Amino acid sequence: MSLSADVPVAPPRVNLRALGLLALLAVAVLVVPVIASPYVIEAILLPFLALSLAGLGLNLLTGYGGQVSLGSAAFMAVGAFAAYNFQLRLGVSLPLAIVLAAATAAAIGVVFGLPSLRLRGFYLAVSTLAAQFFVQWALTKFSWFSNDSASGVVAAPRLTVASLDLDAPQGRYLFALTLVVGITFLVHRIVGSRAGVNLIAVRDDETAAKVIGVPVLRTKLVAFAISSAIIGVAGVIWAYAYLRTVEPAGFNLDRSFQVLFIIIIGGLATIRGAFLGAALIVVFPLLLARTSSFAFEGLVDAGVLKLVERVVLGLVIILFLIAEPNGLSAILGRATARLRAVLRRG
Amino acid sequence: MSTTVVRLAAAGDAPGSGVFSVAAATTSAPALALDGICLSFGGIRALRDISFDVAPGEIRAIIGPNGAGKSSLVNVISGLYRADAGTVQIAGQAFARMPASRLAKIGVARTFQNLALFPGLTAAQNIASGLAFRRRSGLLAQVLGLSAARSESAREDEEVREIAAFLGIGGVLDRLVSTLPYGVQKQVDLARALVAEPNLLMLDEPMAGLTVTEKAEMAAHIRAVRDRTGLAIILIEHDIGVVMELSDRIAVLDHGVKIADGTPVEIRRDPEVIRAYLGAEAA
Amino acid sequence: MMDSPELLFAVEVAVGGLLSGVMYALVAIGFVLIYKTSGVLNFAQGAMVLFAALTFVSLVERQVPFWAAIAVTLVIMAGLGFAIERTVLRPLSNRSPMTLFMATLGLSYVIEGAAQLIWGTQVHRLDLGVSNAPFEVGGIFISTFDLVAAAIAAAMVSVLTLFFRYTRTGLSFRAVADDTFAAIAVGLRLGRIQGTVWTAAGVVALVAGLLWGARLGVQFSLSLVVLKALPVLVLGGFDSIVGAIVAGLVIGATEKLAEVYLGPFVGGGIESWFAYAVALVVLLVRPSGLFGKKLVERY
Ligand SMILES: Nc1ncnc2c1ncn2[C@@H]1O[C@H](COP(=O)(O)OP(=O)(O)O)[C@@H](O)[C@H]1O
Ligand SMILES: [Mg+2]
Repeated sequence: MSLSADVPVAPPRVNLRALGLLALLAVAVLVVPVIASPYVIEAILLPFLALSLAGLGLNLLTGYGGQVSLGSAAFMAVGAFAAYNFQLRLGVSLPLAIVLAAATAAAIGVVFGLPSLRLRGFYLAVSTLAAQFFVQWALTKFSWFSNDSASGVVAAPRLTVASLDLDAPQGRYLFALTLVVGITFLVHRIVGSRAGVNLIAVRDDETAAKVIGVPVLRTKLVAFAISSAIIGVAGVIWAYAYLRTVEPAGFNLDRSFQVLFIIIIGGLATIRGAFLGAALIVVFPLLLARTSSFAFEGLVDAGVLKLVERVVLGLVIILFLIAEPNGLSAILGRATARLRAVLRRG
Repeated sequence: MSTTVVRLAAAGDAPGSGVFSVAAATTSAPALALDGICLSFGGIRALRDISFDVAPGEIRAIIGPNGAGKSSLVNVISGLYRADAGTVQIAGQAFARMPASRLAKIGVARTFQNLALFPGLTAAQNIASGLAFRRRSGLLAQVLGLSAARSESAREDEEVREIAAFLGIGGVLDRLVSTLPYGVQKQVDLARALVAEPNLLMLDEPMAGLTVTEKAEMAAHIRAVRDRTGLAIILIEHDIGVVMELSDRIAVLDHGVKIADGTPVEIRRDPEVIRAYLGAEAA
Repeated sequence: MMDSPELLFAVEVAVGGLLSGVMYALVAIGFVLIYKTSGVLNFAQGAMVLFAALTFVSLVERQVPFWAAIAVTLVIMAGLGFAIERTVLRPLSNRSPMTLFMATLGLSYVIEGAAQLIWGTQVHRLDLGVSNAPFEVGGIFISTFDLVAAAIAAAMVSVLTLFFRYTRTGLSFRAVADDTFAAIAVGLRLGRIQGTVWTAAGVVALVAGLLWGARLGVQFSLSLVVLKALPVLVLGGFDSIVGAIVAGLVIGATEKLAEVYLGPFVGGGIESWFAYAVALVVLLVRPSGLFGKKLVERY
């Protein structure tokens, strides 16, 4: 079929947003591994990816589902230790170990999600701390989980998928990126599905949802399961790709709060919020350290810096809650809307 | 969707063929029967020995001053409150405690006095939630976009559009429900209940807070729904004019006691009602 | 029976547990005060405990006399409570309870960080002049310190009770706690009442900070008493002072007994989660805790 020049052709309808995402993805896959230094990958990109994924998992439960959890780090720990033990004891391949780890985290997530069927609000939030403390206790107490290592810290197995060696920074980055992109796509499908609508219905008015026939119990438990599974995979990335050790210590209450802060700052009930929030949480301490070493030339010691970081982080949280409860995501939304308006006019 | 109204009208002519399923109009069993319902909150006796029935296809009003127990009664039927005594019988099944989570499956739908919509969802999603109870496709099928899930949600979307067009809110389906005017939200609440094609519909003050025109529109919708589908309706409403005009029978509650029950004409004449409730207006 | 050494030991453990339960309740009461008026679960209560203790110790170490240090800290804590109410809570006043909770989470970071930036991070010893020597009653040994702490806690609860029964502000507090809207309608000044309550919570934090600080040393980990108080809080019910005390006792006793009799079988260290498990089991039966107001939504 030939098109003569004078026949008007409707311009192809392109989805700008999808195009933008594709471009972003292309940069992340093709450009970043080439130009990013090992330092940037190891100190910024890997923790960013792991925490984004954890934030995404928590956002599903808390942002979309309205069930506040203060125990995210516990599920990161479950994921990391489960993957480690499946590989160690059953000798399964890494991809299978990740699937099994996600399943384990999901199962434990359902167990600790059971109280949500009876409890609401703060009573539930506090009870999720039980998961945090119990899991951390069990992993520290029973050295079986860390293969009886004296220190409780074990080196993560080499990252290999099939015959691909991913142990170098670039490889670990691509490994993490693949998992994050794949799971993000799944979450996108979930929140757009009827089940995702049910989740928001339960969050917005649980009683009304029940009366009109939304399966509230199932919705909640499935949310706990999927959220925990995702956070579990985030734990695998954290331990395998970022730290390269498996240890309970880093999966503490502060980490759980960190994940919660990510979604508050980034934007509850949005997908991009988890990424924006994680970016801020990861980059902000580095910026702070740079600034202070630049401004005070090493007069500020690391301990003080940590405290300043804590204070500023707390202030940021409060500020966001007061001034922009919809987080960075809303700010970005306004910015792009303005940009689009300018483009259309210009 | 101008075809909708036609289809609904056709459904009225030939019961059973429309988008709404038709209540078991052929059987004489009541759509709902309450027997000896008692309910108290601490010292307050909200309902005292209430017996009450609704025939298929009937618009059954409940009136009474604020705090009389009208909403409590609907909440007992919905399974939100547990009656201290008495039974609720729906479609031949008797319950000491209504299971709120199975209400929709039993064929009962309701609206709420203080809107209980989901503000984070669009009007269409709110209405589609009314179909969640009969949805068959699971999460996995939905996420993978299997054809069964896709055609199911296409069918749901179609039903949502039909109901919305019928109620005149087709234009706002994609808006977040929290951004809609109050009167429209009331219609969305009604649509969410109607889309489930219930046999019994309970409307708790559907016209409260509406303008005169909106009220008239709502009244017309309620009557049209009943006429065309033959479902039974419990209507709680303060506007006596509307109640008298719409309902087949009226029950009057006062302080948790049913003080009168009958046709609009009987209620208008009932001395007890005039004293307790209509008194102020009659005087 | 009483002379069976095992039983004596068990009683001793239980009594010790009850006494430390009082210490838990002490922190939990600070939460209850604020929850009752503002509907906020104030996670920063632990940070306030740390801040109070750290301020007091640092003053004493700078040769400020004991009572003067108490007075100054009291003023600072009251000021802090008041400032929090004004700058954080009030701008969020019409937002969801969960938002407020997250704000107090941020607040706890701010206060913890600030306390240590101001006073340093080293561990301070806090000596209240109470001996820690155990004494014997009917064959069981009780720590003097724990007993004094319990007495102080009891005194504080009595003062609070009297305050709420007999003072104007206290009575208006109760009115607000019972029905915020009605209280506003009859013209109670909500702002002043909440300011007062936050002040009171600051004072409670000081008492808890002194007692806990004397026990554990004053350092960052003091703010973690909040994690001990939370299960007490949910077990008792967020809005009940009596609940906080009863739950404190229940958790204190069962936790110590479990540590002694159950701990050895699972490798010990169970106190990090045991209280939560106890609270959870009770919550599954009573979702609003032992004494909490039952939440009934109206539709
Ligand atoms: N959840 C509840 N908790 C306590 N009291 C309630 C509750 N629901 C209703 N009541 C009381 O029951 C009585 C009847 O209330 P309601 O059924 O809402 O009346 P109506 O809908 O007729 O205005 C009132 O005294 C009301 O205060
Ligand atoms: Mg009512």
